[in-house]
Amino acid sequence: MIAAAVLAALATICALAAWRLTSARWTWRAPRTAILLWQSLGVTWGLASTGALLAYALEPYRRGVVHGLAALLTTLEYGTREPHDVVRLGSLIAGLALLAGLVAVLLAAGAQTLRARHRHRVLLSLIARDEPAVPGVRVVDFPAAAAYCLPGLKKSHVVISDGTLSLLSADELDAVLAHEAAHVRERHDLVLLPFTALRRALPWSAVVRDAHASVSLLIEMAADDRALRHCCAKPLATALLRFGSAAALPTPQGALGASAVSNVMARVNRLVHPAVELPAHARFLILFGSVLLTASAPLLWLIPG
Amino acid sequence: MKGLGELERSIMDILWAENAPLTAREVGRMIEDRDLAPTTVMTVLDRLSRKGFLTRTRDGRAWRYQPAASRDAYVAELMLEALEMTGDRDAALTRFAQAVSGSEAEILRKALTELEEE
Repeated sequence: MIAAAVLAALATICALAAWRLTSARWTWRAPRTAILLWQSLGVTWGLASTGALLAYALEPYRRGVVHGLAALLTTLEYGTREPHDVVRLGSLIAGLALLAGLVAVLLAAGAQTLRARHRHRVLLSLIARDEPAVPGVRVVDFPAAAAYCLPGLKKSHVVISDGTLSLLSADELDAVLAHEAAHVRERHDLVLLPFTALRRALPWSAVVRDAHASVSLLIEMAADDRALRHCCAKPLATALLRFGSAAALPTPQGALGASAVSNVMARVNRLVHPAVELPAHARFLILFGSVLLTASAPLLWLIPG
Repeated sequence: MKGLGELERSIMDILWAENAPLTAREVGRMIEDRDLAPTTVMTVLDRLSRKGFLTRTRDGRAWRYQPAASRDAYVAELMLEALEMTGDRDAALTRFAQAVSGSEAEILRKALTELEEE
């Protein structure tokens, strides 16, 4: 009973922490650490919520979730030892359904993203050109400003529009390219993939949507920080403002606007008036907490009782 | 000889530039690389058709190929995705910054002027 209760508590703590973290601002002072915390919260929430249901259901075996499931599969005499079998059976079905559902939607959404990226890559190979001024970058002839990174398993591409070349100064262009190179280097696409998948799977969940938005912004901030190793803050900031205000098309999708403005302004303010980075001991504490959190759920799946 | 990807690109460029459907032989004549075997051109045309970028129609014993969509249509498809305007079916690209519109762009323009005056 203890494992089930602890796992349920853990799932609740993760959900509450995620909810608090969506509005936290200290994360902007240590984006990388915050991203790690988000990842561990996500994994732990999934394992803890399914684990709590399964641990309760499999409690009569007294072997923990993992070995309990194995015992269940080998004997299939479930529910014969306890009086509350209906409740436990319901818990078992709910736990397995939640686990299978989470895995299935993550895989399906991941596959959808990979398909869309593949199509994008094929089209790029037919349309994009190389530009001597920006070696290694794919250029698409399009008047509006656009710069992004198309992630690939083997090779990621940095793509910019023709319009970007005329919009930005040489310094600003360097800053943008350094930012995109940081995305490629730190594999931010892989960081974002599970959060994108989860948002696609549970589009009605406000916490999931906010979590995705928070992580996307943190990734941009992490890339900004990394870009500063190769360029100055000011061109990066002016590039951001120029980019955001160069209205791409008459009316972008309604509600996106407001958050886009505050996101751009948050990044610009960080660059122009850098806050003190989160102290090393605080970052270490969060790092330690994340590792502990990530390890806790699998351990609780193993312990009997 | 050029790589297959490079060749697909040149062939698409040729067909986009022409207004009429072309046969493999006609395409082959227009490619700069004269050493190209006619079968290579046919292979690439076939690949592009299977991927859905070309449509083909029978003309006597030969096939005539033409682009399934204009170059601009494909550019638009790429850029809509780049600007995060395709809804949930997008490729989850990491974009440098999102463009905003109207009064919101004004906030950014003002900040830009202030920053440049510093």
